[in-house]
Amino acid sequence: MRMRPKIILTADPFEPGALLTRFCAGRAETGAVASFTGLARAEQGQAAALELEAYPGFTDTAISEFAEAARARFHLHDYLVVHRTGRIAPGEAIVFVATAAGHRREAFEACDFLMDWLKSRAPFWKKEHGPDGARWIEPTDRDRTDASRWDQE
Amino acid sequence: MARVLLFGRLADQAGWRDRAFEATSLKALRDLIANGDLALGEALSGPGVQVAVDKALVRGEAALTAATEVAFLPPMSGG
Repeated sequence: MRMRPKIILTADPFEPGALLTRFCAGRAETGAVASFTGLARAEQGQAAALELEAYPGFTDTAISEFAEAARARFHLHDYLVVHRTGRIAPGEAIVFVATAAGHRREAFEACDFLMDWLKSRAPFWKKEHGPDGARWIEPTDRDRTDASRWDQE
Repeated sequence: MARVLLFGRLADQAGWRDRAFEATSLKALRDLIANGDLALGEALSGPGVQVAVDKALVRGEAALTAATEVAFLPPMSGG
């Protein structure tokens, strides 16, 4: 049995392809793996870097609780969430989510569901460093609307 | 001594993010912090600021012991 951690917060850059390859390995009953990789945008030079703060022991627990709910809701075989913290340069991966299920629909939807929550409600604090200094940012209306799609179902 | 952690804009405002305080309740802790920095005291009670005691969210009052970790969490941004 695989006993790897399913929620990883890391201050170091990671390689999404390597994570996906390892996540797919050794599965006999999983028919579908969906994955999502979020990259830091340069915003036409407005974002020199992104800084993400997490509360270790609190942030990972909250993500784990939500991911377990997603596992039950979409009958997942497995999942992996890797999230950067600290200073992140444009082009670097911020988040990687992979979901494994019997069939594609559950894998796709669970990945989407996890990302909507991670983007809007996960306990991170985000600072954008730009040409005019740094500012703390909050979820956009779009992030909130995306997350609330799942509440009505 | 309770260990107090500040996150996000609260840490920037305070100029510190991890400090120990002699307080046996959240109320006493808030008063102690406000005595040293009134604006910070107000910010800690500001809209959307949540409090976690030993990594669990609490509402209202809580008793603090020597080993308690208190975190003040401004509105979360998502990742």
